[in-house]
Amino acid sequence: MGLTGLDIYKQLPKKNCGECGPPTCLAFAMALASGKTELSACPYVSEEAKEALESASAPPIKLVKVGTGDREIQLGDEQVLFRHEKTFYHPTGVAISVSDALDEDELQARLDTINGLVFDRVGQQYRVDLVAITNESGDAANFARTARTVAGKTNLALVLVALDPVVMRAALSEVADQKPLLYAANNDNYEEMTQLASENGCPLAVLGDGLDGLAELVQKIVDLGYKELVLDTGNREISRVLADLTQIRRLAIKKRFRPFGYPTIAFAQGENTRDETIQAAAFVAKYASVVVTSASGKHEIMPLLTVRANIFTDPQKPIQVEPKVYQVGEVAPDSPVYVTTNFSLTYFSVEGEVEASKVPSYILAIDTDGTSVLTAWAAGKFSGEIVGEFVKSCGIEEKVNHREIVIPGHVAVISGKLEEASGWKVIVGPREAAGIPSFARSRFAS
Amino acid sequence: MAVDPIKERYTSKVGEVVIGATEDQGGTRSHTITIGGDSTLPFLQFEGEIPHPPVIAMEVVDVEPDWNEDVKKPFAGVLQDPAAWARKCVDEFGADLIYLKLDGANPDGEDKTPEQCAKTVEEVLKAVKVPLIVVGCGDADKDNEVMPTVAEAGAGENLLLGTAEEDNYKTLTAACMVHKHSIIALSPIDINICKQLNILISEMNLPLDRIVIDPTAAALGYGIEYVYSIMERIRLGALQGDKMLSMPVICTVGYEAWRAKEANAPEDEFPGWGDQEERAIMWETLTATTLLQAGAHVLVMRHPEAVRLTRKNLQELLVPNKF
Ligand code: SF4
Repeated sequence: MGLTGLDIYKQLPKKNCGECGPPTCLAFAMALASGKTELSACPYVSEEAKEALESASAPPIKLVKVGTGDREIQLGDEQVLFRHEKTFYHPTGVAISVSDALDEDELQARLDTINGLVFDRVGQQYRVDLVAITNESGDAANFARTARTVAGKTNLALVLVALDPVVMRAALSEVADQKPLLYAANNDNYEEMTQLASENGCPLAVLGDGLDGLAELVQKIVDLGYKELVLDTGNREISRVLADLTQIRRLAIKKRFRPFGYPTIAFAQGENTRDETIQAAAFVAKYASVVVTSASGKHEIMPLLTVRANIFTDPQKPIQVEPKVYQVGEVAPDSPVYVTTNFSLTYFSVEGEVEASKVPSYILAIDTDGTSVLTAWAAGKFSGEIVGEFVKSCGIEEKVNHREIVIPGHVAVISGKLEEASGWKVIVGPREAAGIPSFARSRFAS
Repeated sequence: MAVDPIKERYTSKVGEVVIGATEDQGGTRSHTITIGGDSTLPFLQFEGEIPHPPVIAMEVVDVEPDWNEDVKKPFAGVLQDPAAWARKCVDEFGADLIYLKLDGANPDGEDKTPEQCAKTVEEVLKAVKVPLIVVGCGDADKDNEVMPTVAEAGAGENLLLGTAEEDNYKTLTAACMVHKHSIIALSPIDINICKQLNILISEMNLPLDRIVIDPTAAALGYGIEYVYSIMERIRLGALQGDKMLSMPVICTVGYEAWRAKEANAPEDEFPGWGDQEERAIMWETLTATTLLQAGAHVLVMRHPEAVRLTRKNLQELLVPNKF
């Protein structure tokens, strides 16, 4: 990202020998800028130039991985400050904390709760990503045992929260192969923690003292040769944390300030788990790569994961459902038939309301390239002809013994054309999905 | 290593709108509320001022609403008495403002007359001393009959009246002009229409400091990301000097959140989703949390517990964070 052909050209040997493929250094620089070749194709480029070019072309925020296999989560590698500028790429990892001071039964109960934090909504599955094991007992054996139990009884990546390298080492002897995130290196322990992280190939959280202290500590660790890092300024007040997260992101992206070119971790605080959930949601919106919370209620985590799903939705891509016939409930040949678009937001609001109406029904999702009803209609993708064509070809005529179709109230004008094209009788439904339950009750309830 | 924090220098700021009027100013409110004026992105006090922190308006309806029982419970006994309901919101739940919705005017419902609606507004004005937001029932023709009468009845009170839309803004704008109120300009999650509507309204000579943007607050899980980005773009536009995007923003959080299936689906039908009442409260709360981060100035909310949680979050967000 970022380098122009001219920037690159300045660093090349200017021999114009053509050994790299293109006939001149300038042509090679252009090819490099557009990603069509590799710097290594030039045998004469100096070490100095190589380093300058590599660091300039590195992503502004490093991609760091925690966990292995299907537990692996990817953090960082973000490119923008606002999602509308492009998108946010790597959804915030949600970590639920577990104390190593719990006895065996309590721990089992806690893990059962965490394993239950899986939610099906709008055709997607939402789940938490990590368990953060905190060394509240102060005891290395407890910590190691708890880590082993968590690794064995959950299918989530791990964060090991302990500042004593002896304690950390004990847990690593049990779960190093899980590539847990080690939390954390601070000014006192960073040499040993960095050693542990690099020996075991685990990502390392860096717990600094404010922005200045953090930048300094990161530099020390990088100087030791380790770069799989996750950042924490150590501040805990939400307003301060948001300011810090904003600065880390800004400095990494706008100034390419290398010490802050890593993912971040934030800890939600509060008097109770609801307060923590609210803080966690704010951190998801504002740049945390991992949030840790002790909240574990379904009523808390489901909305939190929904915030994450929404913020990390790619604004460039309308999400779509497959255009086809959907069934809601125990349908029968006399079930009503609704039609809407394949924009997932539109489709799932309609589906939710049809479900709420308690009248089993069919829903036809027309392919509108994932646009809403009005937008699709304005663009000619939800015309009477197109909907009619879909009605004839989608197979609904074999499923029902009637010929009545409910269309969104906003597009009542397509009724005539649709009746002509399909031979079905059109019923103009409510303008908004929210009107479906009362519409269905008065129209279809037996 | 001394880190040099990036403090953006903006050329402009969000405009201010005053709601309500005290006796000196020709009204009967105990105080006025000013919204807007920010010279920074949400809560980044290190680079600008937030002279008027976001406020919470609680929603009151003139007829008993068809709401979920869980959000009606806290108002048991006052749901048929908008004045008492409003008083409860202010006295017990600390509402900064009352948002009175005149649903009773709906021709498909009680079809109340403009005079009946105006009377309700007067009763609520008598019952509470906080500034008032009043919106119609949503039926364009009926609202055009009702709102001018309401505007007249509330003359002097500097109400915030809604809602103007692109295809129906003239009557309400005229009523706001004549009786000196401010207006809510509603656009359908579309920044171009938002801007266009502000232009249309200001072309009728309603000053910019009497317009509030309603960008259509989608609920969590139902498109909140669209309005989130629209609001970020509105704020950036305001800070960069786009006058037609410089108005403060109002979000109907309670209305949107309580329409969501997640706020209404009973636990016995969705056992994986947890306790319904708790879930609904969190649904409304996190909708508010998210929209605060996007730059909301007025949150219109329903459940007192969601209001309390949001207020607490707001106070924590406003702790100074200068570097
Ligand atoms: S090989 Fe290197 S020196 Fe030769 S033309 Fe290519 S870039 Fe230039």
